Amino acid sequence: MGDHAIPLMTFAQAVRDALEVALEQDPAVIVYGLGTPDPKGVFGTTLGLQEQFGADRVFDMPTAENAMTGVGIGAALGGLRPVLTHQRLDFALLSLDQIINNAAKWRFMFGGRRAVPLTIRMILGRGWGQGPTHSQNLQALFAHIPGLCVVSPATPADAKGLLLTAIFGEDPVIFLEHRWLHGAKGETPAGDHRIPIGKAHLLRQGGDVTVVASSILSLEALQAVDHVAAQGAACDLIDLRTIRPLDWDAIETSVRKTGRLLVLDPGHETGGVAGEIIARVTSRCWESLRGPPRRLAMPDAPESTSPALTQGYHVRAEHIAAAIGDLLGRPLESASLSRRDHPHDVPGNDFQGPF
Amino acid sequence: MVHPLDPGVALRILRDMIRIRAVEEAIADRYAEQKMRCPTHLSIGQEGPAAAVGAVLGRQDLAVSGHRAHAHYLAKGGDLPAMIAEIYGKATGCSRGNGGSMHLVDEAVGFMGSTAIVGGTVPVGVGLALSLSVARRPGLVCIFIGDAVLETGVFYEAAGFAAVRKLPVLFVCENNLYSVYSSLEVRQPAGRALAEVAGALGLQASSGDGNDPRAAYGLLKSAADRVRNGAGPQFVELATYRWREHCGPLFDNDLGYRTEAEYLAWKARDPIPRLTEELRSEGTLDPAWLATTQAEIQAEIESAFAFADVSPFPDQALAYADVSSWEITPFP
Ligand SMILES: Cc1ncc(C[n+]2csc(CCOP(=O)(O)OP(=O)(O)O)c2C)c(N)n1
Ligand SMILES: [Mg+2]
Repeated sequence: MGDHAIPLMTFAQAVRDALEVALEQDPAVIVYGLGTPDPKGVFGTTLGLQEQFGADRVFDMPTAENAMTGVGIGAALGGLRPVLTHQRLDFALLSLDQIINNAAKWRFMFGGRRAVPLTIRMILGRGWGQGPTHSQNLQALFAHIPGLCVVSPATPADAKGLLLTAIFGEDPVIFLEHRWLHGAKGETPAGDHRIPIGKAHLLRQGGDVTVVASSILSLEALQAVDHVAAQGAACDLIDLRTIRPLDWDAIETSVRKTGRLLVLDPGHETGGVAGEIIARVTSRCWESLRGPPRRLAMPDAPESTSPALTQGYHVRAEHIAAAIGDLLGRPLESASLSRRDHPHDVPGNDFQGPF
Repeated sequence: MVHPLDPGVALRILRDMIRIRAVEEAIADRYAEQKMRCPTHLSIGQEGPAAAVGAVLGRQDLAVSGHRAHAHYLAKGGDLPAMIAEIYGKATGCSRGNGGSMHLVDEAVGFMGSTAIVGGTVPVGVGLALSLSVARRPGLVCIFIGDAVLETGVFYEAAGFAAVRKLPVLFVCENNLYSVYSSLEVRQPAGRALAEVAGALGLQASSGDGNDPRAAYGLLKSAADRVRNGAGPQFVELATYRWREHCGPLFDNDLGYRTEAEYLAWKARDPIPRLTEELRSEGTLDPAWLATTQAEIQAEIESAFAFADVSPFPDQALAYADVSSWEITPFP
């Protein structure tokens, strides 16, 4: 690509880049949250921003998640574009009142006069004993709320593009960021790169099975889909990028072509997003379906701290490949995908705890 | 009022501090083995408040705590092998491996649970106190909190109710100046005295040096006595300092969020040599006692780690057994 080479960034760098672009572009943007200016800079995603843009616009906060969310809402009504970050989604649960009763409803309950352009980043933990209250992906809980937009990117470029769209949008956005993606690298366009909210991304094309995924499961699915392609099973792989609003067009168009659907859900199975997708597809694409759709989700149980109990807890590439085989009614080799050079509860050998 | 410290109580506090430090150091020394695969917050440097509380509470008293709870659990009499096994994620752990370092429990000794969400157990502790009060049972509930808990809304809501109902609650606030890498300055208004805030909420409040175990004991004992006499909820703020990184086994002064000089100044206020010297100069401390105590503790620690190491992991078949009794269908 010569002069126009697209920079390679980690997911964390891409998030930081989006924040830098936003702060640079619009003095109304503010960035805050627990540890935002600290030496670790929220896994590197906010490093140096306070030095660059000043403590008025980039700042730490008290351990007061609910109040600081309401403060963000007020600041947004006053003309700012706040970005609030939580080091774990689990901590944001303290702010459900402000998110659901105020942010999500302000536009509606005041007759559409005013919206709240507030972006709330929530980092999803996993593994290394994050356990019951440091590892939850409650995407369905937020996606259940009219008035909220829920974004869950899988790649650095999407993280950057969607974050910028969220920040400069009109309404509140829950931005879900998987901790294990922070180190993943990808080509990430420089400057004000934006990706529309509500548009899925077709990562692979194939006529046999539709695989719908998001966040880290899109990467697991990519491995699985490429692995089964070599065995003659061709899949459409749809990376949702946005959980609410869902890109129904992309999903339905694909299912009408393949007739087979596998939905991957990083949240608990019962009441989850996969169930919603399957319900809708079943009622709208009934004649196209060649068999019952399937989902792979987290069990209906919290994540244990014990590494012994997280072995089979998360959906991995090998499970996805096997499920594709099930849908096609023929066994596909999947076991080799489970060979990894690192323990199952860390993203790689360089991760040795503690957080 | 400073309590004249009974030599037996002083030795108990000293022994507990030595034991807590030794356990925490044993965890730190072994953390790199990667068998303790969970976030782990150590209390090295801040053993004073925990040990003093341990000497004030009786067996019928209850306690709850947060993410940095090893010291509180041990001072309340919690089972050491079960704690180490919990950090190892083993079936013999106090939470059967499901909770790890941040979820300790030993109801047999009144340690009712520690959790990982800042402020999360404050109202739970107040509710436990309500249960004591409704049933007219003796005892009090000690709620261990850090300085950051005074930033959470739930603290104010729970303290208000405790004050309205004059519930038997003893708040013990370990003020170690930091929340993760954030100093008090960026979280709370300059010059705020935590005890004054608590006082304004209707808690009777005092504050002192947590690294002076005898002074801490005096404050805590008076406060606990007031609770037991029906005076309602009390709040004791104890100044102390965490030596190691917020989470994990290492030191992190190199990060620059606090100065090496500040750390060294606090290290010089180490509560263990301080009480040791005081007791020695008073003639209360028999050097042989110290040597025997240290040896006993080391042996106990070795055996706790050996127990954790050989204990089985939880059975995969029971992985989802403890979610809810309402679930009638087995999980996949
Ligand atoms: C509601 C919530 N917000 C943020 C966190 C992340 N967090 C874990 S420990 C901690 C520091 C709490 O500080 P303090 O209460 O002073 O206790 P210390 O760590 O100093 O013992 C924070 C902010 C959390 N666990 N829960
Ligand atoms: Mg603190």
